[in-house]
Amino acid sequence: MKYELVIGLETHVELSTDSKLFCSCGGHSSPKEPNDCVCPACSGMPGMLPVTNKHAIELAVKAGFMLNCKINQYTTFDKKSYYYPDLPCAYQITQWFHPVCVDGSVEIGDRKIGIKQIHVEEDAGKLVHDDATNTSFVDFNRTSVPLIEIVSRPDFRSSDEVIAYLKKLKSSLQFAGISECEEGAMRCDVNISVRPEGSDELGVRSEIKNMSSLSEIKDAIEFEKVRHVDAIERHTEMLVQETRRWDDVKRRTFPMRNKETAADYRYFPDPNLMPIIIDDEWLAEIKASMPATADEKGKIYEEMGIAAKEAAVLASDRKLCDVFDAVVADGRNAKTVASWILTECMGIMKRLELDSLDIAPEKLSRIIELVESGEITRAAGKKILSAVFEKDVDVDSFCEENGLNAKVDEGMIVSIVEKVIAENDKAVADYKSGKTKAMQSLFGLIMRELKGTGDPAMIRKLLEEKLNA
Amino acid sequence: MKYYINEISKDGVIAVDDTILVKGTPATAGSKMLENFTPLFSAEAVERLEKAGYGISGKTNVGEFGLDLLGETSYFGEVKDGENLAGAAAELVKKGEVKAALSVDLNGSPRRAAAVSGVDFIKPTYGTVSRYGIISCAASGEQVGVTAKNAEDVKEILSVIAGHDSKDGTSLPEDKYEYSVDENVSGMKIALVKELYDSASDEVKAKIDAYAENLKKQGAVVETVSLDVVSEAQTAWCILMSAETCNNISRFDGVKYGYRTPEYKNIDELYVKSRTEAFCFLTKATLIYGSDVLSKGKYEACYDKSLRIRRVVMDKVKEVLSSYDALLTPASSKMDYKSYEVLESFDKVFEESVFTAVASITGLPAMVTKGVQLVSDSFKESVLLSIAHSVEKEEA
Repeated sequence: MKYELVIGLETHVELSTDSKLFCSCGGHSSPKEPNDCVCPACSGMPGMLPVTNKHAIELAVKAGFMLNCKINQYTTFDKKSYYYPDLPCAYQITQWFHPVCVDGSVEIGDRKIGIKQIHVEEDAGKLVHDDATNTSFVDFNRTSVPLIEIVSRPDFRSSDEVIAYLKKLKSSLQFAGISECEEGAMRCDVNISVRPEGSDELGVRSEIKNMSSLSEIKDAIEFEKVRHVDAIERHTEMLVQETRRWDDVKRRTFPMRNKETAADYRYFPDPNLMPIIIDDEWLAEIKASMPATADEKGKIYEEMGIAAKEAAVLASDRKLCDVFDAVVADGRNAKTVASWILTECMGIMKRLELDSLDIAPEKLSRIIELVESGEITRAAGKKILSAVFEKDVDVDSFCEENGLNAKVDEGMIVSIVEKVIAENDKAVADYKSGKTKAMQSLFGLIMRELKGTGDPAMIRKLLEEKLNA
Repeated sequence: MKYYINEISKDGVIAVDDTILVKGTPATAGSKMLENFTPLFSAEAVERLEKAGYGISGKTNVGEFGLDLLGETSYFGEVKDGENLAGAAAELVKKGEVKAALSVDLNGSPRRAAAVSGVDFIKPTYGTVSRYGIISCAASGEQVGVTAKNAEDVKEILSVIAGHDSKDGTSLPEDKYEYSVDENVSGMKIALVKELYDSASDEVKAKIDAYAENLKKQGAVVETVSLDVVSEAQTAWCILMSAETCNNISRFDGVKYGYRTPEYKNIDELYVKSRTEAFCFLTKATLIYGSDVLSKGKYEACYDKSLRIRRVVMDKVKEVLSSYDALLTPASSKMDYKSYEVLESFDKVFEESVFTAVASITGLPAMVTKGVQLVSDSFKESVLLSIAHSVEKEEA
């Protein structure tokens, strides 16, 4: 029998706010030392009252627009009670009764994934266990940092769809400035079950908690699929609805202790926080501040004459877009800029193992301007670009200090070409006997003498003429 | 009896209940749990008083988290068997040791204390005085109020502490409130609430009768009116108050501050033993009750329904207040309370709360004066203060 997967996702994303959800402590750009970013409110001292960070609500509404949701203009905060040392108040403020966004959808290829709801909530702190001293430490820096939880409907049928959805979510959220989606700032609970293809009934569900790496999510789904199918076909085990965790070392999922999951959270509306009314005016304001989505951006780039594939790569990453847009706005040709970013910049990023394009757009713009105007060679431009990435040098002074912008006169080039030909009898003989490759080594020697200055096309032409003379 | 859990200054003129924070002075809320807890900041009401030049005398004894009748459950209380119960703040005011006292009215305790001690206390409209810096239990109805010897002093202190505070999300937008003790009582219509009058002792009935006579003498009209939601208000407030208290007090878990049991094997034991050893019976009963009404199976029938009852009670009271200026009711069932069996505490508090629950659940202003309670519409504190003032003048 053939089986199909039924998967639903709960995705937690940290919002890009300047402060926490209910106090004025710094938000996502959290400090490095434990408990650096903590106040009486987010550490659960008595006497403090929560005051809602409006920006978090705006970002959640933006996410709702992005995922085609209905926005609840009457939305509330509710308390979810449970005891854990990383939860200083022993309750989490979340949205249970009236989440801010409901009933949306997102397209993955030709499939449509339903979004049940998006709600805002506060994050918990972090526990650090020291086995050596058998002690646990609590770090409240992350406590009360605003999150949105995006709850999908069980519409995924493969791990590939899940990964495509998460990638799309990530780029869209980055795009709209909703979340930086930094490493670990996007966490998923994966609800998964298996059923015979064509069946309408749902199988027994397991929930894999707290996953952040895409490859682990994929592996965990594939593992669960095999486990479920084995249980159904070969009765290897009795499937029960349960919460599991992925062990990346053992490459399999394990059930979590039942105690951690069988809680009654005793939700009730938080009397300290008045319901939030998002009136039409505020809603319109938020809508007006929405940037183009990745898809829209890609289309705009195509219209600028950039090939579809390249446009899609550019549009998939907010930093690439930002630099591209700024350099084009500075007057450079769109296709040229795309080629510089996708070939040169990304080449250097790969070599330096950089994840994101962190470069001042005006520097890239200046390099392109110098190359395009013929003041420096493309090779020189690449050299400067590398230096910008590595040492953030000033383009013009680096150019000057290294003699990259020296206008080379043709007479000097001719004399160097002649000198190289005269000094390399063997290569010249090889070339003349039909080994055309030999010309490349002569060209290399000339370029070395010229220290990368001079127009390569012109030099190549000159060399060819001299050899064939 | 014990008046102060911690004294601050002999020159202070305002006593502050130990459920209200004063920076640098321990705030125990009458609980062993917080015996060694010292807050890093002061309550907004305290800040405003200090800024206006009123010194704080000290932290007055309160029942654990302010949940009880008259402070009898305080870990620091030293209540003797057979002794008459009385509120520490109200007694300090009565003795003239301080000009006024701040208390959190959560389930009527300071109103009852004022009635028993024969001083004035006002619980202003919910949202007019910031709750920032109080050891919060029942967020949806608790309110900081003022105890003083007469209406003029109540007015003076209330004027200082009331007004918008951006640190409290439930604080109303008005920056300042103007209160008066001089509104004309002649011509006012007062509704004597039948159901509550009937539930009180003869001694209390006599107080109400005398008060009504006095008002009539001043030209007010006093009529007996039925308000058939008092017991619904009592039950619903008990549910809301217990649930919110259960949730708010969860933070006292022995992990971050406060009492921690000396021996434990794991985190669960740390929680259970710390809380078992540090909370009194009444607190535990309230927590269990509050936890139960919020549980999955009971939420709809208990908590959610109580929220609806709150609206019904509000509508009914507003209806009466559309033709009357104020309600006149007992503040307590009797004028003297003795110590009682600990295991009875939850029931005792519940029984007594019938007199105070209407104002607690609706957030309407309530004032206790001469042993009786007056309740008015929102923001009509001046009506209450003026009535109280006119009777006080008359009797002086």
